[in-house]
Amino acid sequence: MMNTLLELSGVSVSFDGFKAINNLSFQIGEPELRAIIGPNGAGKTTFMDIITGKTRPDEGRVIWGEKSVSLLKLSESQIARAGIGRKFQKPTVFEAQTVRENLAMALKNERSPFSVLFYRKTKEGAEKIEALAEEIGLTDELTRVAGELSHGQKQWLEIGMLLAQDPRLLLVDEPAAGMTPAEREHTTDLLRRAAETRAVVVVEHDMEFVRRLDCRVTVLHEGSVLAEGSLEHVTANQDVIDVYLGR
Amino acid sequence: MKRKSFVAENPSILWFLAALALFTIFVTAMSEAAGIGVVSTSFIKTLGKTLCLCLIAVAMDIVWGYCGILSLGHFAFFGLGGYAIGMWLMYARTEIIVTESLSAAAIPPTPEEIHDAVATQIFGVVGTNEFPLIWAFADSLFMQLAFVILVPGLLALVFGWLAFRSRVTGVYLSILTQAMTLALSLYLFQNDSGLRGNNGLSGLQNIPYLGDVPQSMISIAFFWASALALALGYVLCAYVVSGKMGSVIRGIRDNESRVRFLGYHVESYKLFVFTLTAVIAAIAGALYYPQAGIINPAEIAPIASIYLAVWVAIGGRGRLYGAVIGAAFVSLLSSWFTGGGAPSIPLGFYTIQWTDWWLVLLGLSFVAVTLLAPQGIGGLFDLIGKKSKSEGAK
Repeated sequence: MMNTLLELSGVSVSFDGFKAINNLSFQIGEPELRAIIGPNGAGKTTFMDIITGKTRPDEGRVIWGEKSVSLLKLSESQIARAGIGRKFQKPTVFEAQTVRENLAMALKNERSPFSVLFYRKTKEGAEKIEALAEEIGLTDELTRVAGELSHGQKQWLEIGMLLAQDPRLLLVDEPAAGMTPAEREHTTDLLRRAAETRAVVVVEHDMEFVRRLDCRVTVLHEGSVLAEGSLEHVTANQDVIDVYLGR
Repeated sequence: MKRKSFVAENPSILWFLAALALFTIFVTAMSEAAGIGVVSTSFIKTLGKTLCLCLIAVAMDIVWGYCGILSLGHFAFFGLGGYAIGMWLMYARTEIIVTESLSAAAIPPTPEEIHDAVATQIFGVVGTNEFPLIWAFADSLFMQLAFVILVPGLLALVFGWLAFRSRVTGVYLSILTQAMTLALSLYLFQNDSGLRGNNGLSGLQNIPYLGDVPQSMISIAFFWASALALALGYVLCAYVVSGKMGSVIRGIRDNESRVRFLGYHVESYKLFVFTLTAVIAAIAGALYYPQAGIINPAEIAPIASIYLAVWVAIGGRGRLYGAVIGAAFVSLLSSWFTGGGAPSIPLGFYTIQWTDWWLVLLGLSFVAVTLLAPQGIGGLFDLIGKKSKSEGAK
């Protein structure tokens, strides 16, 4: 039995009366790969916002790690340093900077201004960047400006930046959107490899992509969990068919 | 892997330092102090002041061009630096004059009498003859030099902490910084502000204990000091924006929340940049006003800080030499136009007087640069650099 890494219980949040998340409970272990699916407005992005500290829930608990730390008390940057990495839906890399600079910035190191100011490049750091670039297939692009990369390459770079942070939990929002079939395959491999040692949560619309991930699936609907289990299990669920697949 | 020296990674630093050194030596050789006098003492002062403006422009470029914080209040720090050093200059010089005039009296004056006489001399103009509390250390050059850094540094730290902590960004932050410099300027206009209200501090060009040294020599000394400060400030700023710090700062400019989710405490970085640049601005001000001779609250009116942003935009933000070019080019041009150097243009029915129309020209060129050449004058260097690179590749 694996250990629970992150646990949300009874979480609710509403915006101007609209309940984006409604009494949501969720947990994930380490290592684990989990896909989250659900129609638009099901609360997928808000769910990630709550975990990463961008949105504070009105009620409920978000508990992290062995020491059962409440994430609700931490700032975004503290949550990131605690070991939660997030990839946004739209690829957000620093387009004016090179691939190497992007990865170097994400590399797990001291984050305070003064240690960054006097930071010296190290051999280990350079090796880590090389290894990451290899992993995401951007070895030949290290000195290129990230803005020049293709859409798919930007997505990988952002995943690479997540891996560089060496997080225990990766939250990945629609990684395959806008990708060619070959790029999707590469992305699937990347995520499955990452999930061998960490917890990875993938939010995805694309059923084919989720099938390839071959993992446990959580279906969100109107801000709470509708069903959970293998893809076969949830797609056979009548509720799920009604609200999501049937349409 | 040993990290290459950051100077080696940024050859433009060496180019800049070489150009600055050549310029300084050339101007000195042509000065009245060197006996040639092609360049007049007053023009040396203008050039020295311009170097100080270049220094604050470099600071502005870091905070705006690199970190994306459009501060429209950095001249407040510049002015505070000027006031801090001005207090000592004025006190010490007045003390010398008062001591001399009182020494003719039959009974030698006590230190208290001298102190009171100095107070009357300095504050008579605002209707008081007592030193305000903030002048407690005005007799100490060391303390006032410390205040040059401490007062603006502390103000920037407190202001920045409050603003960044509440995540005030973009145009709201710009307005807030304008409000800060406006409030400070209005406060200093009060006669009871302790800094002589709208009279400001004057006679700052007369350096105490150097009464026998001609202004031609003093102007050269300040010119060199300004050049040195610009060189050091430039290298310091280039160091800050090189390497990982530069990476994070530019990241904050381009996508603040991404940097936050990478685990960096964005507010600390902004505060660091804001305070550092405030201190640089203050040092520039402390060198500027002894050359200008006078400082008054109008110097830190909101428009001054807006000009600063215009210089950096015209010079090209996001590159330090661009800020220097912009500040030097626009401020020298401004003094040429407003100083009556530019000939008026008679149109028959109307005569264009440049003293009035210079601001219109400046405004138009600002709009033109924003629309047509967002990289500013400094962007031209990129074109040259790219050309030589692509030619080298052939």
